[in-house]
Amino acid sequence: MKLLRELRAEGKGQDMAALLERIPYARFLGIEVDRKGNELTMVLPFQDHLIGNVALPALHGGTIGAFLEFTAAIQLLFDTESERLPKTVDISIDYLRSGRPVATYGRAIITKHGRRVANVRAEAWQEDRSRLIATAHGHFLLTPVGE
Amino acid sequence: MTDAGNNGWAEHSIHEHLSHIPHARALGVELMDYRDGYCVVRLPYAEKLVGDPDTGVIHGGVITAVLDNASGMAVPREGLSPEQRAIATLDLRIDYMRPAEPHFDLIVTADCYQITRSVAFVRARATQGDSETLIASSVATFMLGANRAAPPGFSNTGASK
Repeated sequence: MKLLRELRAEGKGQDMAALLERIPYARFLGIEVDRKGNELTMVLPFQDHLIGNVALPALHGGTIGAFLEFTAAIQLLFDTESERLPKTVDISIDYLRSGRPVATYGRAIITKHGRRVANVRAEAWQEDRSRLIATAHGHFLLTPVGE
Repeated sequence: MTDAGNNGWAEHSIHEHLSHIPHARALGVELMDYRDGYCVVRLPYAEKLVGDPDTGVIHGGVITAVLDNASGMAVPREGLSPEQRAIATLDLRIDYMRPAEPHFDLIVTADCYQITRSVAFVRARATQGDSETLIASSVATFMLGANRAAPPGFSNTGASK
């Protein structure tokens, strides 16, 4: 995979902001990454086009799902050297609260990291870390470097 | 619990519905077919939706968003009280079978296969063009009678079809 190889060649193998910058859909959603040491928090700043329900208003369920999927995939890329972007096999999203028109944050934990498949859990919240708006768990196909 | 909550739906017809959802409009989702409990939407390919710049394949999250949107629209409205028509997504599970082919439209078909007093069960599938090859499939559950705190003026009264 050219993208990841190029980033590694530039010494940006763990620079997830540089990676997101090169993925059109990440730019479309406006996803950012906040790195503190070896901890990543994904950030989805609010934008009008992320709204799904103008009456409430509330974020579109799809934007929250996509954000959680990015959160999981980026965490995987951060934790392991990979030849390609992880491929989602399945993802299951639980919606707990409606997403308000403010910034959303996401974190992921790799529950099980096999050679070819990883199981990842991710959660999203807004102003209050203890009041999650959605959680997700999914399986991702991996391509270890050299394959 | 964020998508096709039908607060505001009462204000316009189902065919205009997508144009009232900012994120659906931003993605470029179009309604192709609709009857109560069933809908088909189309998503034209666009560069901004790409998840893998090396291959031009759209991101899985795009498919998630369209499946979510179509599933919410497939929740039946006939025979439901105005209060019940406000829906919230409880969960959505998606299986990705194969990457979407770049430069082809994505077609999502959603149907509600079971409904109880408080929950609607919807399955959806994503294909491309006239191919029957599955790109992804999903199952979702929706709570009926949610979002009761809708602001005045969006009181879910009477669907204008």
